[in-house]
Amino acid sequence: MRLVKRRWKDVRVGDFVRVLSNQIIPADILLLHTSDPNGVCHMETANLDGETNLKQRRVVPGFSTLGKPFQPQTFSSTVVCENPNNNLNVFKGYVERPDKRRTGFGIDSLLLRGCTVRNTDDAAGIVVYTGHETKSMLNNSGPRYKRSKIERKMNTDVLFCVLLLFFMCLIGALGHSIWLETFTTMPSYIVPDRNGNYTPSVLAGFYMFFTMIILLQVMIPVSLYVSIELVKMGQIFFITQDVELYDEELDSRVQCRALNITEDLGQIQYVFSDKTGTLTENKMVFRRCTILGTEYCHDENAARLAVVSGANEEEEDTLYQQTKLPPLFPLEELQDSHTGDKNHANTQVTAANRRRSRVAAGAQSDMAFSTPLETVVVPDRKLMLEVDRQMASILCGPYLDFFLALAICNTVVVSTVTAQRERVKGRSNSAYSGGSFHIMGQWFRKGSLRNVFSSMKFFKRGEDTLADPFAKDEDEPDMFHSSDVSDSTTGQKVISSESEVKRSLSGTEEVCYEAHSPDEAALIHAAKAYGFTMVERTPYYVTVKLPDDTLLKFEVLDVLTFDSTRRRMSIIVRHPHTNEIIMYTKGADSAIMERLGNVFSDMSQVDNVAKQIAVKTQKDLDMYARDGLRTLCFAKKVISEKEFKAWFAIRQEALSAIDEKEERLLDTATYIENNFTLLGATGIEDRLQESVPETIQALRRAGMQVWVLTGDKPETAINIAYSCKLLDHEDLVFTFSTNRKSVCKMRLEDTLGELRRSSLSPGAEVQFRGNNSAFTLMEHSIGLVIDGPTLSMAMSDDLVEQFVELCKHCRAVLCCRVTPLQKSSVVKLIRQKLRVMTLAIGDGANDVNMIQAADVGIGVSGQEGMQAVMASDFAITRFKHLQRLLLVHGHWCYSRLANMVIYFFYKNVAYVNLLFWYQFYCGFSATAMIDYWLMIFFNLLFTSAPPIMFGIMDKEVSDSTLLSLPELYKKGQHSEGYKRSTFWIAILDAFYQSLVCFFIPYWTYNGSDIGIFSFGTPMNTVSLFTIILHLAIEIKSWTVVHWVIMIGSVLVYFIVTLAYSAICTSCNPPSNPYWIMHKQMADPMFYLVCILTTVVALLPRYTLHVLRGTLAPSPHLSARQLERLPPSHREQRIREWRGLRDTCISPSLRSQEHSSSPCPSA
Amino acid sequence: MKNEGETAERPDNTAFTQQRLPAWQPILSAGIVIPGFLLIGLAFIGIGVGLFLTSQTIQVLERDYTGFDKDSPCFSCTNPNTQNCTCEITIALSELFKGPIFFYYGLSNYYQNFRKYGVSKDYYQLTGDTKSFKSPQESCSPFDFDSNKNVIVPCGAIANSMFNDTFELYHIINGTKKQVPLDGKGISWWTDYNLKYRNPSFVNGSFAKAFDGTVKPINWPKPAYELDLTDQSNNGFLNQDFLVWMRRSALPEFRKLYRRITEGDYSAGLPAGNYSLTVHYNYPVLTFDGRKKVFFSNVSWMGGKNDFLGIAYLVVGSLCVVMSVVMLIVYAKFKFSDDDA
Repeated sequence: MRLVKRRWKDVRVGDFVRVLSNQIIPADILLLHTSDPNGVCHMETANLDGETNLKQRRVVPGFSTLGKPFQPQTFSSTVVCENPNNNLNVFKGYVERPDKRRTGFGIDSLLLRGCTVRNTDDAAGIVVYTGHETKSMLNNSGPRYKRSKIERKMNTDVLFCVLLLFFMCLIGALGHSIWLETFTTMPSYIVPDRNGNYTPSVLAGFYMFFTMIILLQVMIPVSLYVSIELVKMGQIFFITQDVELYDEELDSRVQCRALNITEDLGQIQYVFSDKTGTLTENKMVFRRCTILGTEYCHDENAARLAVVSGANEEEEDTLYQQTKLPPLFPLEELQDSHTGDKNHANTQVTAANRRRSRVAAGAQSDMAFSTPLETVVVPDRKLMLEVDRQMASILCGPYLDFFLALAICNTVVVSTVTAQRERVKGRSNSAYSGGSFHIMGQWFRKGSLRNVFSSMKFFKRGEDTLADPFAKDEDEPDMFHSSDVSDSTTGQKVISSESEVKRSLSGTEEVCYEAHSPDEAALIHAAKAYGFTMVERTPYYVTVKLPDDTLLKFEVLDVLTFDSTRRRMSIIVRHPHTNEIIMYTKGADSAIMERLGNVFSDMSQVDNVAKQIAVKTQKDLDMYARDGLRTLCFAKKVISEKEFKAWFAIRQEALSAIDEKEERLLDTATYIENNFTLLGATGIEDRLQESVPETIQALRRAGMQVWVLTGDKPETAINIAYSCKLLDHEDLVFTFSTNRKSVCKMRLEDTLGELRRSSLSPGAEVQFRGNNSAFTLMEHSIGLVIDGPTLSMAMSDDLVEQFVELCKHCRAVLCCRVTPLQKSSVVKLIRQKLRVMTLAIGDGANDVNMIQAADVGIGVSGQEGMQAVMASDFAITRFKHLQRLLLVHGHWCYSRLANMVIYFFYKNVAYVNLLFWYQFYCGFSATAMIDYWLMIFFNLLFTSAPPIMFGIMDKEVSDSTLLSLPELYKKGQHSEGYKRSTFWIAILDAFYQSLVCFFIPYWTYNGSDIGIFSFGTPMNTVSLFTIILHLAIEIKSWTVVHWVIMIGSVLVYFIVTLAYSAICTSCNPPSNPYWIMHKQMADPMFYLVCILTTVVALLPRYTLHVLRGTLAPSPHLSARQLERLPPSHREQRIREWRGLRDTCISPSLRSQEHSSSPCPSA
Repeated sequence: MKNEGETAERPDNTAFTQQRLPAWQPILSAGIVIPGFLLIGLAFIGIGVGLFLTSQTIQVLERDYTGFDKDSPCFSCTNPNTQNCTCEITIALSELFKGPIFFYYGLSNYYQNFRKYGVSKDYYQLTGDTKSFKSPQESCSPFDFDSNKNVIVPCGAIANSMFNDTFELYHIINGTKKQVPLDGKGISWWTDYNLKYRNPSFVNGSFAKAFDGTVKPINWPKPAYELDLTDQSNNGFLNQDFLVWMRRSALPEFRKLYRRITEGDYSAGLPAGNYSLTVHYNYPVLTFDGRKKVFFSNVSWMGGKNDFLGIAYLVVGSLCVVMSVVMLIVYAKFKFSDDDA
């Protein structure tokens, strides 16, 4: 048998394919063989979902041929699998052997196309899907085409333009007919056809209708669409260039993945946010644990965290000065006072990770969950003693069990530093391929050459640093003292030899953990802090190094993976010493507590202890939840050999099942997972991201409703909500949590009734409005907390109206324990029922639905992979960036685009109407008095750049003012920049201006000996001036670019026109513009006409602007005036303004159905 | 030192990319624009006065000779059957009509800007390209071939409809008629005469031979090469009257320059007295309710008489001044109430 090289396109379903390490997988391949003795193949799915941790795939059970090369000839089974689909996490099928034995397989045996094989020399298998049927291709549906609100509105206005055009053409057609009718005999200037006959006037009118369409078609602003695309490209360029939205830590800017909805960012009314990873860091930090009812509060660790977060900030400041980073533990100290090499290992990994995390930052998040914050846990002194005692006496005990559970009950993969290094190398090349905008962005940026250059450089540096990450650290200054921790344990621990320390220092085979979730990473690092280090994991074995350096190799009998129904995961292992079959389980407290062995039923002596433990643990858990910690319970169960055998048989059957596999697996898992013995619980902190409260407050002040949708439990969620100022302690919070629909209905009605009553008594409000704004505000600060099951009831058809009504009254809504699907249906509900612009922001795969359902989806590229980012329209790195993205960029983009669109409509109508008015003086014969080429140039050259520049660069209010006065954002929310009335005013103005531009030259030249194109030239010039100066009135801030483009446009007009009418003596008949422009420009009348017409045309708009600016300045104008004040003065005025706003905004908030009452000025 | 590897994605922190370019931010408010309005208003009033006064100095003499009324001198010529009809119009000048005087003919309700009429010519013919003497452009249709399939040169409706009334002006001194010399040179655009229109080159030393095989436009009494028998250079496509006619007028009421009075005794203008204008009446306009006029006018720097522009400037200028006053009131009132509050 021989393997041949084939192109990807030649790979067919049923082929056997072998892939080598670091090669990209060409098709979806069912894994049948790997070089790994355990039948495992690692692959990296970064190309697919951006997740950087390695995924383990294993050979279809029963097919692994250990040590032997793969022999496809011997494969004689039939592979049956499901139809191609786009679910990356589900795949099922079975292999039927010749003897009719069926073996089921799942997604864990499938190598996905586009992924890269890592850490495995070669892997081979049979191709099941190719090309467009592969899961990666089916997932690649391309970005959803979203049309922004402005564009939707604009499209209807384009229809109005079509209608207008139709009427104008109709007038032309009728006019032509009637004009022809007035002649009894045809004059010499009406040209008959070849036979000397004249077209009947009605027919001529009919033809004229279509001729008019050709003449006046510019009325329909086709160029507008092109210009909008250009403008959006420019806007996106500026958004991505914003250095304030740049994240130094990850070295990533804001990513604009959707190119056509920038202005929607300026019109958001509802913000739906995920909690974990979006509001919080999703950097899980082990904080506390409780074992057998005893709470260990880890005070030292808390103290360390405070220091580390401080250090992190410092780190950012000094990044540019290239300061060497101090390690967390000074080396000398470690050598002096050993706590055993467990602490050592810890430190080294930390240092390495830290380096790496910063070095590899260019390739987005390098390894998941490995910042020092997460990896280093300072052990609790009391607990450490306890552990050591148990280690010394017996080799089992609840404490050991607890830490063993922590160490092995997970799906964390161990990889080596060397492997990491390879990946960093590999990825540096593809670092620029992500994101749809990246491709386009490349031309915007410094040119692709420089890109290549910089990425090369980066790659080099990556290697350098990784090669000797420790050498540098050795002589670095001390930063954090851990001596006290070490002291406590020195006496009891045997110090390992000096040479051992050196070995670990050289760091050749240091372990790195690749965790799927940050919780797991936090837990395994915590276990490690106490000396329980998981050193290896294969599908069949997991090896743990105990504090006394003995290795325990557990045989893994089964893993019951986590799912959202059970909310727990278990691992069944055989203990190497006792040979017992033990199941370790971790899960949500409710999922564990209700399955403890007979705790609450039996009152026997033994169980009483267990009960006490359970009660105490529950108490601790409640305390954790109140503190906003994420809780996990750990439990253990010893399974008898017989029981296990019986269960395992059922399990195998379920595994190979094709139909209802999921359900059956769930049943078997639930069956075995009971009668737990509670070990303890952990509290993991998910720290709030920086500036989250400020951001939420700013969004609120900008008139946005902020909702938080989370899968967490209510207690944790409410806590976070309070700490991020979503809820205020003064707020009236309604909590809806029930399992009965009738109760839900009653509560809804009651609450609504109460709210209506309070809002229907305006007397009190008016009374208090003047002197006590806090009171009015408080009255309406209603928070709603609702949990998943209740939410689905409230969203059922009969209650949904009331629910929505209630939501309108609430300042904050918090939905807990919601599924991804519920998240998206909430978004859809609000979007459709309230007809508002919604924004969803999230970071994890569970937010994808919501992100896609909202008008604008924002992905936070954080710790949980890239799925949210892939589904999003914009990707940011921190929640706080949302403030700037919406309030500044969103607002700018909105008002810029709105103004540009309006201007474009105006421009086209104003210009085309000149031609229309002329029709009244040329017998409606569709004559143009302007040369055709000049007409084309007019739109293409002379007046195209200014509006585009206007749409990209105009700045009414500066970013600092927009941020300090979020209220200004409301302009976009209420679509004030582009209303139907704005459109019609622009059209009316266009009509007026075109009338002026036509009739002033007309009256000037009527009766004179002026030729057609000599007549059109001043009109063309006048309308150029009018259109450009009209824009000049609208432009709010003039930068160099503005001046250059505006003056440039005028110059280009004169240069092109002069050149064009000079170069060819007899081109472009019949207009033949030869020397006309020169002749006109030699005539003083030309200038007099131009000046007068321009002034008259622009006078009304200018006056209106001035009067509005004086009499009724818009909030934006006032804000601009504020900017002129000196800084100290300005702040005071802003504060005054805010106070004023609060009092008059609050009543309008209450009744959103009424249009918000305008603020009384002064 | 900044390290490329770690911050490769970092956006450039320049004023342009960060949208921090220094900018001029004008804020329109009454206080600032009042002086502007006043200034513009006054300047416009100034210009308006200048224009109006200039326009007043321009003398214009206008006579309708269509012959629409029974008692008008040219009424007899309106009968389409009369050939070579002439009529006389008497003009009495009570004062000197200052020269140089421009002599225009004018047509009303005549749509030279009609689209199909406008395209009905062949530029190649008019640039002297004899190839197109054999195959004129389609746009000339139906004035490209006569009934015998001979090519019409110059083809097209514009040429065919050329104005063919001619005028002679006499100064009546003591009952005797003294002809006023009319200057027909240079009445067309210099570029038309020297660059744009070209005659075909002579064939065998004869200009007429160049037109061999072609026929004159149907309405023309004479072929193109015999338009001016007195001046050889004023023939063909370079005939001044032809050039003037070919430059289509923009509006249905227009005048076209016919001659100038610049020579001899009349270079300073027409002295007071009686004049007689002899019209060779050929051009029919009454069928489409058109009118024919003659104009005598002298010119200033602003061209012919034009009262509109001067008045418009005056009106707009005053408007601006009024507006500035209104704004002053508004401004004062607003300021006042603002302070009050």
